[in-house]
Parts: sequence; structure tokens; C-alpha cells
Amino acid sequence: MKDILQELEDRREQARAGGGQKRIDSQHAKGKLTARERIELLLDEGSFEEFDMFVAHRCTEFGMQENRPYGDGVVTGWGTINGRMVYVFSQDFTVFGGSLSETHAQKICKIMDMAMQNGAPVIGINDSGGARIQEGVASLAGYAEVFQRNIEASGVIPQISVIMGPCAGGAVYSPAMTDFIFMVKDSSYMFVTGPDVVKTVTNEVVTAEELGGAITHTKKSSVADGAFENDVEALTEVRRLVDFLPLSNREKAPVRPFFDAPDRVENSLDTLIPENANTPYDMKELINKIADEGDFYEIQAEYAKNMITGFIRLEGQTVGVVANQPMILAGCLDIDSSRKAARFVRFCDCFEIPILTLVDVPGFLPGTSQEYNGVIKHGAKLLFAYGEATVPKVTVITRKAYGGAYDVMASKHLRSDFNYAWPTAEIAVMGAKGATEILYRSELGDPAKIAERTKNYEDRFANPFVAAERGFIDEVIMPHSTRRRVSRAFASLRNKKRSMPWKKHDNIPL
Amino acid sequence: MIDKILIANRGEIACRVIKTARKMGIKTVAIYSDADKNALHVKMADESVHIGPPPANQSYIVIDKVMDAIRQTGANGVHPGYGFLSENSKFAEALEAEGVLFVGPPKGAIEAMGDKITSKKIAQEAGVSTVPGYMGLIADAEEAVKISNDIGYPVMIKASAGGGGKGMRIAWNDTEAREGFESSKNEAANSFGDDRIFIEKFVTQPRHIEIQVLADKHGNCIYLGERECSIQRRNQKVIEEAPSPFLDEATRKAMGEQACALAKAVGYASAGTVEFIVDGQRNFYFLEMNTRLQVEHPVTELITGVDLVEQMIRVANGEELSIKQEDVKLNGWAMESRLYAEDPYRNFLPSIGRLTRYRPPVEVAEDTRAVRNDTGVFEGGEISMYYDPMIAKLCTWAPTRLEAIEEMRNALDSFEVEGIGHNLPFLSAVMDHKKFVDGDMTTAFIAEEYPEGFAGVDLPEPALRRIAAACAAMNRVAEIRRTRISGTMDNHERKVGDDWVVRLGGAEFPVTIAADPKGSDVSFADGTVLRVESDWTPGDQLANLMVGGTPLVLKTGKITNGFRIRSRGADLKVHVYTPRQAEMALLMPEKLPPDTSKMLLCPMPGVVVKMNVAVGDEVQEGQALCTIEAMKMENILRAEKKAVVTKINAGAGDSLAVDEVIMEFE
Repeated sequence: MKDILQELEDRREQARAGGGQKRIDSQHAKGKLTARERIELLLDEGSFEEFDMFVAHRCTEFGMQENRPYGDGVVTGWGTINGRMVYVFSQDFTVFGGSLSETHAQKICKIMDMAMQNGAPVIGINDSGGARIQEGVASLAGYAEVFQRNIEASGVIPQISVIMGPCAGGAVYSPAMTDFIFMVKDSSYMFVTGPDVVKTVTNEVVTAEELGGAITHTKKSSVADGAFENDVEALTEVRRLVDFLPLSNREKAPVRPFFDAPDRVENSLDTLIPENANTPYDMKELINKIADEGDFYEIQAEYAKNMITGFIRLEGQTVGVVANQPMILAGCLDIDSSRKAARFVRFCDCFEIPILTLVDVPGFLPGTSQEYNGVIKHGAKLLFAYGEATVPKVTVITRKAYGGAYDVMASKHLRSDFNYAWPTAEIAVMGAKGATEILYRSELGDPAKIAERTKNYEDRFANPFVAAERGFIDEVIMPHSTRRRVSRAFASLRNKKRSMPWKKHDNIPL
Repeated sequence: MIDKILIANRGEIACRVIKTARKMGIKTVAIYSDADKNALHVKMADESVHIGPPPANQSYIVIDKVMDAIRQTGANGVHPGYGFLSENSKFAEALEAEGVLFVGPPKGAIEAMGDKITSKKIAQEAGVSTVPGYMGLIADAEEAVKISNDIGYPVMIKASAGGGGKGMRIAWNDTEAREGFESSKNEAANSFGDDRIFIEKFVTQPRHIEIQVLADKHGNCIYLGERECSIQRRNQKVIEEAPSPFLDEATRKAMGEQACALAKAVGYASAGTVEFIVDGQRNFYFLEMNTRLQVEHPVTELITGVDLVEQMIRVANGEELSIKQEDVKLNGWAMESRLYAEDPYRNFLPSIGRLTRYRPPVEVAEDTRAVRNDTGVFEGGEISMYYDPMIAKLCTWAPTRLEAIEEMRNALDSFEVEGIGHNLPFLSAVMDHKKFVDGDMTTAFIAEEYPEGFAGVDLPEPALRRIAAACAAMNRVAEIRRTRISGTMDNHERKVGDDWVVRLGGAEFPVTIAADPKGSDVSFADGTVLRVESDWTPGDQLANLMVGGTPLVLKTGKITNGFRIRSRGADLKVHVYTPRQAEMALLMPEKLPPDTSKMLLCPMPGVVVKMNVAVGDEVQEGQALCTIEAMKMENILRAEKKAVVTKINAGAGDSLAVDEVIMEFE
């Protein structure tokens, strides 16, 4: 009997060794942790329960039958993050370069199915050379089985991808369909075709880092939602993100004890808006001062910085924040910022996360590059996302809310629940100067007259009260009481129920 | 009798005067420029009058505008504070003509002390010790040697027209005097076209010590001890204290009596300060007299219990001094740290902007300790470029000097300032500097002790250990809270461990935490245990802890796997890992800071409004390079590091695309 028990231990030992010490050392030498080490850091200590430890591939081509290591290049299972269940798969680069075989894919599919059934997020740690070429089309089929599950799981359970090594070719499309992608600087890259192919086809010479490194995807392509310095930091930050997310669309966002009075007054907010309407200020200061404990988890911090997206907590409960950033491009809407915010709003709506929108928007960015690239359709994405979101929505206009951008930014007309404005808000079709120049075109030759007209327009329209008179603004609030007002608004919406007409699905302008 | 006082000043001193006026039942009037519309002194005053655009020479120091404000409000007294019009005899004259009481000395005294040469002559005549020297024309090197011998070595040979160290020599003997005279003369002739030379005593180990005097209009004058202001950076005082750790009772008395003699000689009537330079042998020499309230007056108030502003107002009202010299007792020790909006890490470059956080330590006035903060700013306020960068004066008092220093250390640790660069870390560093603690300092202290500027403090091991214990305990609190999230699996909750590894400042401390309801015992590998008690909760930016039985104040911020901690002038990343995380973290590659590009790229399409630098300029990190207007917003682009501008590709009015190169550096 003892021998039999011992044999289990031996086999486990063999499985845990992955591709062997030499390959583990080489992984470490690259500044990367192994698949199992990553799971250890991602999950609560001792909470990991493994599936399919002894699965081996069934390939007999190219002499593969000689080498059938346990696990087949991916470690899968479930565990907890701060006591809440998550499913995880972690590709093992030390086994066949983490390449995806039919059985490797089956292991991933198994835990994805379990996650959907049991209502828990899936976190995928990607570190793979790609398809297992020896398996040919079986490997491609494996990818597609994963893709299909990514699609079905979308909006049912949160899916998070952490890219911790190569992720190329078809492999990129699984992370691409998850909710969040995080990368590790200098040791991860993602692209559909690698630098060699690029060179052959287009004669472009580019490094893997330039083509698909963390900086590229967080700053230029927006494929990734964040990048971290190393594996340890990345995994800690993923744990932090999971603390903000519900386990599935069957549950509300989590609540945890908080140490910050909901009625905390921030007098300094009364002077946040500068005297001069053209002077920028940092919207992040407002977010930090509204949030519980000043804790803000920013999503896509490096991309389209004229729009801020991320998570905070109010009274311990997760709230998604979308805010214009006057520091960058005056906080205007453009293609990139609209897409960024639209996707974020839709994520929040999928998972019952209330949305707080902070508005200071002078309008859409004008120009040929915007129009040629379809700002009409991209701007419509944000409009659409806000309009279809049925979660609690609270909006605060701090300064400008001009033109169509006013409508887009969670206006009352898009069924926002609370629309507050600071006394400094200016809700109008456009700025005073532009409006006067159109309305009084004939007087343009007379600067004195135009100045007077502009002044009159400002006095009449550069305030929140015209909108408040019509009920488009529910109330004009003092900046210093924003945290209290917003917290109470969300508190009153805890039992909000609202649904859209039945449809198979909508047709958002993709 | 003053019943409504206008304060012809701004900032902390205006607030300071308003406090006392209010206490005395006097109504207060503030004046303000456009830049100070929302300033604290305006909020505090009963009335306020706008007096013009931000630059002081178009507002605060325009006598006519201040006079208008006086007429408009009917104020019958004016306190000038310091700077601005405080030592302007024309202003005193204008007030007199209008029948408004000036809370300051008679204009004759201002004039007499306003000129360096005249004031020195008056001082000599009044029997005040002045720096021995020869003012007349010196014919040749031999005469220079003779004069040097008369004065006594070392001497300083100086060009009359000199400045900036040019044409200046120090001589310790005849040979050096001869050579020094010749070379100074040549240099002066070449540099200034004026070869007149004078010689005076060179004061070695100079300390700046000044006497506070208080005189009334009835011929009474007392001195309220001294203040030592030797900690200066480029003639800007940084830290002051009272009394001086250097003076003995006899010297203090001699200086005080001479100061009073001088005050009487010019018919002084108000609070005033007689500045001396004191050498290593406690020889003291008159420098100048400041005919106003000094910035650093609070330290005198703290050790004498006298409200100097109140006394100034009473004197202005014609009251006789109620305090006699024998009533003046120096009690305990007071320290003052000047908080400047200057970034010590960027060569003390002035820093402007919004104070996103401003939380001074709690003021206390007890028998054994006192903390006082004179300030003119508030959280959410704006530090503008137009005025003095001093934003607060933090003072502490305790029975002894060392206790006062310890109070100051804790007060500085408790001071929260964010949004602008500030010198709090530097002040903390000085408070922990051995020479300062020993009272062993000269006016060259900062130049000598920080020749390369200030780069932060490296804390010694025991201090790191205390911070490690504190962070381990704080981290445990934060981790336990994380486990109290909703939606956990019943019976399978996360258990927060007791073993942690803390890494900070290049040191590593594996610790074990034994927690009880009142605190934690943090055990170190060598067997030592530090008890940590605190009411800190996650999110608190200031942690007030008791570590090993003594207080520790940490300014804390969150970073991945730990805290950013600021304490005692150090700025640390403190990582608190589980043992397994700690093991893995060691495998992570050390990353060098990214190579900052040598070009300034346009971050957005826009128009250049202003180019702030020219080719050849050396720019400091954070310095404004140019302003770009985009979407009708002005964006200031700043230098990422210290560099020299080698090429500028754009000028005001130019339209730029994204990533266009604006300028290049070397």
C-alpha cells in the first residue's frame, strides 16, 4: 500500500518538475517565473487545486510519442484570491515551449467550462510559443475550442489574460476576446505575425519589443490594459483587480469593509476648477478625493489619456469611473478615447458595476484624421454603450459639457439616474465665442459688439442652471460635498432594476 | 487708538497679524492682488480690497493703491508685515500725512538704518561693535599691509565696486595681504573699471545671531534675547532658533545692551532686529538693523511669551511698554523651520502649482511642548510664481534644545504637502544632522554639508528596522481587510500568515508578527522584538505609530506589494512580501530607469504659445520649456531631466503635429 501512495507522490513530483531544472533555470534567467510559481503568487497560499496534472499529449508524429511529459505544457485548476474562487490556467514554457496541443487546449477548455458553470472568473497566464506544429490542425482546432469558450464566457464571467512571455499568431485571439489583458514589460510580447514575417512581407525591420511589447500595446495599440514591471508585481496587481470584480454576471460587485467616511468633505475641491476656463486641471485629483481611501485602479492608463477609466470603491462597493481629463487634449472626445471608454462602460454593464461619469468635455476633436478614420462610428460606440447600460449611472459635470459630447457623456437623456453639476459647469451647445460668431456673423467686423454678445451669451448659457431649469441636471451640488452626494446617489440605486427591450443582441456600431 | 487695521501684506504674515488684531478686538482689512483673490489672508480678514494685478510692483508695493484702500475702508492703522512696504520711509510718510498710524518705527529710524554706510556709522557712534575695517583710499600694497596689521589678521581685501566674489581676497599674513591687494586691484580694475579697494576684518566661523528689540515712544527699550539664523542657503534663512546654542549670558547681555543703545540712538519705537555676525571666539559685529517685524519672530515669542505684533500695535498707539528688561526671561527653546515651495531634489528650483494636499501638524501649546504653524496657504490653494516661495513657518518649543529638535522632527514628519515640490525632506535632514544637533554651525553650514545639493537621506539600520516593523504591521492590517471581502467561499477563507519579509533601502528583514487586539509584536531574525501599536487603517496617509515604545510618524502611500514611506527626510519604497513572494522577487531582473530621450516631442497637435528657453540654456528637471496651446488649452511642457538646450526647432506661433521635435538637448 505504501508503495502505491509513494507512486502518486513520485508521479506528482514528476509533473511538478515540468520541463526539468535546466529549463526552469533558463526561465528564471530570463526574469520569468515558472507556470507553477506564477499560480502560487496569483492565488491565496495553499489554495490551488489542480486539474489534469497527468494529462499527456497523444501525438505520434515526428517521434513525439517518445516524449510525453505530464501536464502537457499547461497547469490548470482553481483556487482563491482573498477567499474568492477563480479558475486559472498557466502555460508552462519549459514544456514544449508552452505550445498548444489538442490536450493542452482540452485542459484549458475544461476549467473554462467549470468556471462558466460555477460562476467564477478565469485568469489565463500566457507564455507559449504558439501552436504545437507537430499536431497540425488538431492544435488549430484546440485554439478554436478555446476561442468559442472565450466568446460564450464573455459577459458571463470576468476573463483576465496575463501575458508573461510570447503570445503570437492565432494564440493572440484568445486574450483578445477576454475582458482585460495585462503584460509584463520587457518579457512579454503579442503579435499576429512576428518580426521575421514582417520583414519578408513588407521589408519592415522591427524588433519583437517594438512590434508587440508591453509599451506598444499599452500606448499605441490599446490591445493591453496595463503593463507591469515584472511577474511578481503583475500577479499582485491582478489580485488587486479581482478584488474589484464580481465573480460572475449572477452576482453584484463585491463589497469589503472600508475606512473612509462616506460624508467626508473635501474643501479643496471648491478650488479645483481654475479661474481661467482654458486652464487645465487634473481630473484624477477629483477621482482620488471621491474614492474610498483614494484607491483607484486605472485601466488603460497609458492610452487615450484624454479619457480616464478605472475602478474605485464607494462605501466599499466597486464603481467604474469614466472621466474626461482636461490635462490632455482639453479632455475632448476622439476616436481613441471613445473606444476606450465604450469598452469600459460595456464591461461595467455586463457585470452590474455602477458607473460614475465625470464630465469636462469641450466637444469632439476636429480634423481630417478623425473624420477619415471614422470618428462618427467610434464616437457612436460610447453613445451606444452609455445608452444601453442599465446599471446605476451617476454623472457629475464639473466644467464644460458642450455640444454632442454633452449628450454622449452619460447625459440625463441616456437614462442616467443622477445628473449632478458643479456651479462651475457650463452646459451649452458650444463655447461662448464660437456660438456668438455663428449667431452674429454679420457683426463680426465690430469687435466691441462681438465682445458684448459673447459676454451676454456667457451670462445666459455658461452655467448649469439653464439645464437645471429643464431637469436635465437633477441638482447643482457643491464640489466639496461630491463624495457624499455621489455615495448617497449610488446607495439609493442599490436595488435599481431596468432592462432593455428583448432582442437577440444589439448591433453596436463596431 | 487703532480700531481698524489694514495689513499691507499677504501670505502667512498677513494671517499672523490678523490673528493678533482679532484677539485685541481690532477690525482687520486685507489687500490682495488678482493672484490672491482666494488667498487665506483675504478669507481671514473682516474686509478686503483688491489692489491690482499679480506682480507686487503693480499692487502690494504701490503706495497710492494701498493709500486708496486705507481711505476706502477707513482703516486708521497699518501693519506692513515684512518685505513690501515695511521699510519704506515714503510709505510711513504718506501714512503720517493722512493721519493713519504706522505700526512700525518712525520714518527717521527707517531712513537711518536703511543705508548700510550710514547705519554702520551711527552704530559705531552709539558704541556698537562693528567689523573693524578701513574705508578710506589705500594707496599701495605697503599701506594695505599696515592697515591689515592694525585690524589684525585674517582680513578681507575687497573691491569697493565688487560683488559675486570678484576682486575679493582673504589674507592671513603680510605676504598674502600684499599679493591680495595687488590682485584685487587688478581684478577690480578689469571687472568693474573701478580699482578702489578697502580692507576689513575677516570673520572666521561666522554665525548669524540677531537681537530682538522692542522700544516705545517714551524712550524705553528692551531686548528680548537673540535668535540664531546661521542655517542659510544663499543668504536665505532656512532654520532659526532661540536662544542661540552658542551665546553665553555675558555675550547675550552685551549684544542686547548695544542693540538697545542703537535703537535709542535713532529714536526707535516698535519691534526691531539688530543683526550681528559672531565669530568663533564670540566676538560680535554689527551687520544691520531691520526696522520691521522679522520672519523668524515666532521663536522669540515662544521663549519670551511676548506677542510681538500686539506690542507693536500698543507702541503705535502710544502706550508705554509694560515689560521691563528684568521681566524678560528666556524660557526653554524654540525652533523654526521655513517651509519653502522649492524642490530640494531639483536644486531647490521654485515649484508652483496647486496644493492638492496640505495638512500641517496639529498645533499644541502645553507646558512641556508646543507646535505652532504660521501659514498663508490652504489645501486646494495655488502657489503662484509672483511671490516669495515661503509657504509656512513651522515652530516647535520645548524646555531644552534637544527636545525642541525632537518635537520638530516629529512635526516635520507629520506635515503633509502634495502637489508642489517642497523642502520638508531637507528640513528633516538638517534636524538629524549631527553638527546641527551639536549646535556646531556657521552660516556656511548648508554650502559645506551639502556641496552637491540634496539627494535625500539614507537612514541608518535601526531607523530602517523601525520602519520595517511598522510596515509589516500595517501591511498585515491591510491584508486582513482584503480577506473580509464579500463572496468568499465559506470555510475556505484566506488565512493571513504571520511571516513576512520586509525589504527597504537595500536592507532585508524577515519578521514574524504576533498580533493581539492592541498591537503587534514584530520579531526579527536576530531575536529582537519591536512592539508596534497604532490606530492606522488602510488609506490613512499619515501613520502615527508607537514602535518599541517611542513615536514614529510615517507619511505613507501605496505601491505594489508595499508602501512608499517618507520619514525623516528619506523617501523609501518598502516592500512587504510573504516569504514565497520574497523568494520570487529576488528572481526578478533589476531594471535600469528608462533612458529619457534627448528630445522634446510635441505630445499633441497644437500651436506654440511661448518658448521659455533658448539654445545654450541649462534647464533643470521640471523646468518649463515651452507652452503649447491645443484645444484652446495651454499645456506647459517641462524638462524631464537636467540638460542643455542644443537646438530649438519651433517658435511662438508655430503649428506642430504630434511627436514633432520641438527641441533637442545634450
